[in-house]
Amino acid sequence: MEPFARLDVIAAPMPVPNVDTDQIIPARFLRKSRKDGFGQYLFHDLRYDETGRERATFVLNQPAYRGARVLVAERNFGCGSSREHAVYALWDHGFRAVIAPSFGDIFYGNSFKNGFLPIVLPTEQVAALRTAIEAEPGAHVVVDLAQQQVTGPDGATYRFEIDSFRRDLLLRGIDELDFTLSHRADIEGFERRLGVETPWV
Amino acid sequence: MTAATPRTMFEKIWGRHAVVQRDDGQALLYIDRHLIHDGSRRAFELLGERNLRVRRPDRTFGTPDHYVSTTSRDIAAVTDPDARLMVEAITKNAVAHQVTVFGLDDPRQGIIHVVGPEQGLSQPGMTLVAGDSHTSTHGAMGALAFGIGASEVGHVLATQTLWQKKPKTMRISVEGNLGPGVTAKDVILAIIAKISAAGAVGHVIEYAGSAIRGLSVEGRLTVCNMSVEASARAGMVAPDDTTIAYMEGRPYAPKGAHWEAAVKLWRALPSDPGARFDREVTLDAAAIMPMVTWGTSPEDAVAITGRIPDPAAHPDAEKRAAMVKALDYMGLKPGTALDTVLVDRVFIGSCTNSRIEDLRLAAGIVKGRKVAASVQAMVVPGSGLVKREAEAEGLDRIFKDAGFEWREAGCSMCVGMNGDLVDAGQRCASTSNRNFQGRQGRGARTHLVSPTMAAAAAVTGHFTDVRALLSH
Repeated sequence: MEPFARLDVIAAPMPVPNVDTDQIIPARFLRKSRKDGFGQYLFHDLRYDETGRERATFVLNQPAYRGARVLVAERNFGCGSSREHAVYALWDHGFRAVIAPSFGDIFYGNSFKNGFLPIVLPTEQVAALRTAIEAEPGAHVVVDLAQQQVTGPDGATYRFEIDSFRRDLLLRGIDELDFTLSHRADIEGFERRLGVETPWV
Repeated sequence: MTAATPRTMFEKIWGRHAVVQRDDGQALLYIDRHLIHDGSRRAFELLGERNLRVRRPDRTFGTPDHYVSTTSRDIAAVTDPDARLMVEAITKNAVAHQVTVFGLDDPRQGIIHVVGPEQGLSQPGMTLVAGDSHTSTHGAMGALAFGIGASEVGHVLATQTLWQKKPKTMRISVEGNLGPGVTAKDVILAIIAKISAAGAVGHVIEYAGSAIRGLSVEGRLTVCNMSVEASARAGMVAPDDTTIAYMEGRPYAPKGAHWEAAVKLWRALPSDPGARFDREVTLDAAAIMPMVTWGTSPEDAVAITGRIPDPAAHPDAEKRAAMVKALDYMGLKPGTALDTVLVDRVFIGSCTNSRIEDLRLAAGIVKGRKVAASVQAMVVPGSGLVKREAEAEGLDRIFKDAGFEWREAGCSMCVGMNGDLVDAGQRCASTSNRNFQGRQGRGARTHLVSPTMAAAAAVTGHFTDVRALLSH
């Protein structure tokens, strides 16, 4: 996994609560192979009409936001289905972070496994950041994970909280599974105890 | 922690499964049971890329459910080549890694969240995960059960553990008696309508109160199933006599001396008196009505006696905009009485409502009636064993005589990945768990209801207060 670098990129606003993973990538695309990429399916049914034409009103189809790498969303982003393809689709399309007041738990966890950063900020701060972006479509935001800080196009800064464990893994590009395998002896010891306590499992 | 500190059931299970506890709050949690399905292919690929084996095949069980055809058990009925690869991969991976899988030729095949409890694989006190958000279902047994993504499935396959940050706790007490015709599905829809689709983010819910105690295990499974629709990490119900009676004699339930030891452990699981929850919510059971969703979020639920709400009356700007969009998508106007809304399709099935009790309740409404001429209706039992049991009771005849299709077990039209889809613009009364835009097919309009409410819609052609049909 590549280490998470400081971002100075275009941000797109999506002021919609409860954007579920079915919206991020519809179920019919989940059977595709990871090798072929999922970027083309990101927000597919919102981006394209029934005939496959782009919907001009959808934010990512607007010229200023086509190159967006950060999404500024609303509460409960990524709720619903556990499909990790939601993160694959965002990543493959070029997104590296999403900012929202809250996230679906499983989406939140899936993000870190793929080097993708979900940032939680208070509702008012997310709204203020969106307003600043909308005032200057195509403007950049800066995401600095090491400093745990987002800077809006208007210069306003927002500090965010994040688990130090997850932050460090992201910053160093360390894969969680490799880290866990270093705890093999702990797991073996635990299993021996469990085998005595609940032998029927 | 001293012995005197009262603990919640969640804390007891969490504490017993923490392999490593880090100072930063992360715990390496041991997983007692891992359930897999035909969407697990990617996780086995991750394992293959690193030359890793499944650490505990004896703790891993699976069955294909998402991509299987509901018209036939023949693999040839899965006509989409990519979908067929998914179904075939689970069996192939099971053989390669010596994992037990109930395949298409096995009567135990079904929706993994129906099969787990049915086989006695999901037990009180366990940590249980699966690569599917509705894994919260199994919490009804008194387990800590939650859904995970593909990378985490790979992580559990390889290590039988997961890194987790301890979630907060929330107790939702439903007190009093449910009225006639009001089911577990109505209870959970009323809960989500009250606390919102984001209401339990970062929390594990314990459902409590006399109305929850009064539910069967099937009903509790329905409630816990939809915990994730309130964005909870998990939902759980304390094990009691009802749970223990349900467990006894199940194929994978403990036997003999193990049974005695297990019951002793399970009896000690319920939250201690005085245990503190981070949040407490209470609902009056008697005030809960048969529910119907009108929008594209499970929180958009109202009583069947109500009307489509007016977005203009909502205080929150983002929600107002979302409501306008949802009503446009659903083809509905504010102020419309719900029981005048016509339906085109009825789907009785899914991990929420496809168990034998659900089918019995629905059949009770359907018996002696006919599906309305304008409606296409289907029943998809949750497992091959549920289907057999229903057929032994003659429920299949009741449904078929009324004009329902009677299908083979699978996830089917809840998610439409197997091709069971609702057409664009069609309105479906569905016993499933998500009314998301496009969930049942592009342009499909989903209304979430209980099995009896779905049956009532099927026989009348529109949403109907099932209580009017009960005395029949």
